[in-house]
Amino acid sequence: MVKPYSMKKNNLHTPPDAVPADTPIIAAHLSKSYNKGTVAALSDVSLEVKKGELFGLIGPDGAGKTTLFRILTTLLLADEGQAWVSGYDVVKNFKQIRRTVGYMPGKFSLYQDLTVQENLTFFATLFGTSVETHYELIKDIYDQIKPFSDRRAGKLSGGMKQKLALCCALIHKPAVLFLDEPTTGVDVVSRREFWEMLQQLKQQGITILVSTPYMEEAVRCDRIALIQNGRILHVDTPSRITGAFPVNLYAAKAASIYTLLKDLRSWNQVESCYAFGEWLHVTLRQDTGNGQALIREYAASRAHAQVVVQTIAPTIEDSFIRLATSNTLPYGSGH
Amino acid sequence: MDPVINHQLPSPATADAAIECRELSKKFGDFMAVDRISFHVQPGEIFGFLGANGAGKTTAMRMLCGLSYPSSGHATVAGFDVYREQEKIKQHIGYMSQKFSLYDDLTPLENIRFFGGVYGVAERVIKERSRELVQSLGLEKEANKLVGALPLGWKQKLAFAVALFHRPRIVFLDEPTGGVDPVTRRQFWDMIYEAAEKGVTIFVTTHYMDEAEYCDRVTIMVDGKIEALDTPVHLKHRFHCDNMDEVFYRLARTAQRSDA
Repeated sequence: MVKPYSMKKNNLHTPPDAVPADTPIIAAHLSKSYNKGTVAALSDVSLEVKKGELFGLIGPDGAGKTTLFRILTTLLLADEGQAWVSGYDVVKNFKQIRRTVGYMPGKFSLYQDLTVQENLTFFATLFGTSVETHYELIKDIYDQIKPFSDRRAGKLSGGMKQKLALCCALIHKPAVLFLDEPTTGVDVVSRREFWEMLQQLKQQGITILVSTPYMEEAVRCDRIALIQNGRILHVDTPSRITGAFPVNLYAAKAASIYTLLKDLRSWNQVESCYAFGEWLHVTLRQDTGNGQALIREYAASRAHAQVVVQTIAPTIEDSFIRLATSNTLPYGSGH
Repeated sequence: MDPVINHQLPSPATADAAIECRELSKKFGDFMAVDRISFHVQPGEIFGFLGANGAGKTTAMRMLCGLSYPSSGHATVAGFDVYREQEKIKQHIGYMSQKFSLYDDLTPLENIRFFGGVYGVAERVIKERSRELVQSLGLEKEANKLVGALPLGWKQKLAFAVALFHRPRIVFLDEPTGGVDPVTRRQFWDMIYEAAEKGVTIFVTTHYMDEAEYCDRVTIMVDGKIEALDTPVHLKHRFHCDNMDEVFYRLARTAQRSDA
C-alpha cells in the first residue's frame, strides 16, 4: 500500500500509553486548512468519545465534519493537533487504525459495477475475513437487501445503497464506526430506519461517531458536538444543551404568519424572531417573565387575528441558532 | 391504514392558475412513474411538493418545467401547454436546485449576466438589475470573486435571486436548502416569502419537514400518486399528528418503491 502522507515532526512525540482505553476517539486541538492556509476547515477542535457511545457531530455543509472524519480515519493529515483512535495515534499507527475501524464516507463509495454480494465479499477479503465470520452483526441489515444480492450496486435505490454501505463498513466487526452524513438526502422513512439500526449496533458495543446536518436527529445521540465554520460550538448531551438555553423562548402564531414575523422583527423589545415550522420562535431583550402577555398585547396592537403565544422548551436547532449567532443575534430588530 | 386521499382542488380550474394539472401521468415502459396527478396552484402560492425518494417528484417536476413530455393527462404552466408550448414554459419559469444552480468558476456578476442573457433580458436591464441585486444581497465585496469561493448559504441565496432575475411568474425550487445551516435556511425562506408576497408562485420540494409548514399548501406523493393535498394545518388535523414530520411518515412508510 502506498503511504498516503509523510509524517510530520510535531506529531512524533506523544506516548500512546497516555491514551485512556475507555476513550476510543480523542481529538486534541486539531486544525486543518486548505488552499495554502486560506480556507480554515478545522480550528482547534477537541473532543472525546467514550466506549460504546453514539456520538453525533451536528452541523451544516462546510462546518468541517468530513475533514474531521478523514483525519480520524487516517486519510488526511492535520496541520496541528493530535488524535487517537482505539488508543492508536492517527499518524504513527495508521495501519492498526485502518484494521479496527469501519468508515462509511458521505459519498457512495462502493463499486457500482459489482453486485451487492460481490461488494460484500470484496470488503470482507480486504480485511482478511469472510462474510460469514461476523454475519450476526450485519444480519438484520443485510436481510433487507438480500433479495437484491445479484443486483449491481449502481442499480440500487438510495436507501438500499445506504444499507449495503453500512454492511460493508461493518463486515470486519470494527470497534469504532465512522458514519459521515449517512442520512443526507434520504427521505424521512429511511432516515428513521437508519437511526434504529444504529441503536442496535450500539447495543453490540460498537462506538459510533456519526455526522448529520439534520438538527432533529441530534436527540438520537448520547452526546453531540455542535460544529460550524470549523469550530465546535458546544459538546454535551442533547438535553443538557437545550437545558442551557439562557432565556425564555416563546412560540407565537397568528392568522398571517409572515406579517407577524415582519411586525415582531420591527419591534424593539424583540431580541430574535425566526420561523420554526408553523410557529415563530421569539426571545425578548428584557424578559421579566411576562413575555407571553407582552407579545400577545403587541400582536393585538398590530391587529393580528387568532394570536397564540406559548412559552416552550428549546430544541437543539434553537440552541444551535443561538450559539451560532451569539455575537450577532439573528433577526434582531436593529434597534 | 385508511387511504385518506384528498384530491381537493381549491377552486374550479381557472385560466389564471399558475399551474394546472389534470390526470398527468408519465410511464416508462410498464412503470408508472407519475400516476394521474391532479392539482392546481394559485398565483403567489407557496406550494410544497413532498414525497419519499422515488415517489415521482422529479419526473413530475420535469414535465411541468417543459423538460419531458407526459404520457397522458393535461397540464398548463403559466398558461402554456406542457405538450405544445415547452419553450414558452421555459421562458416564463425560474428554476434552481441544490445540485445545479450557478457556475462555480464564474463570478456572481458573470453568472447573473450569463443567465440574464440566456433568458433574453436586455443588456441594459441586466446591468441595472445586477447592481440592485448585488446590493440587496450584500454581495458588493464578493461581486468579482468566483462563486465557488462563496459559502454554500450565500451561493444558494444568490442562485435563488438569479432564478428570479428574468421576472418569471413561477419558480421551481428542487431541495434548495439541503445541507444549509439553520440560520441561512431561514434567511432563504425569508426570500421565498418576499417573492411570494410580490405574486411569484413558488413550487418547492424539501426534505426538511419544518419547511413544509412554511408552505400555503402541501402535496405528499407516494408511489407516483398524490396521497394528500391540503394546508399543513388541515393535514395535521386530519391525521391527528403534531407536526408534518409525523404526517409524512404515516403516508410515506407504506410506499412500495424507492428511487434507483
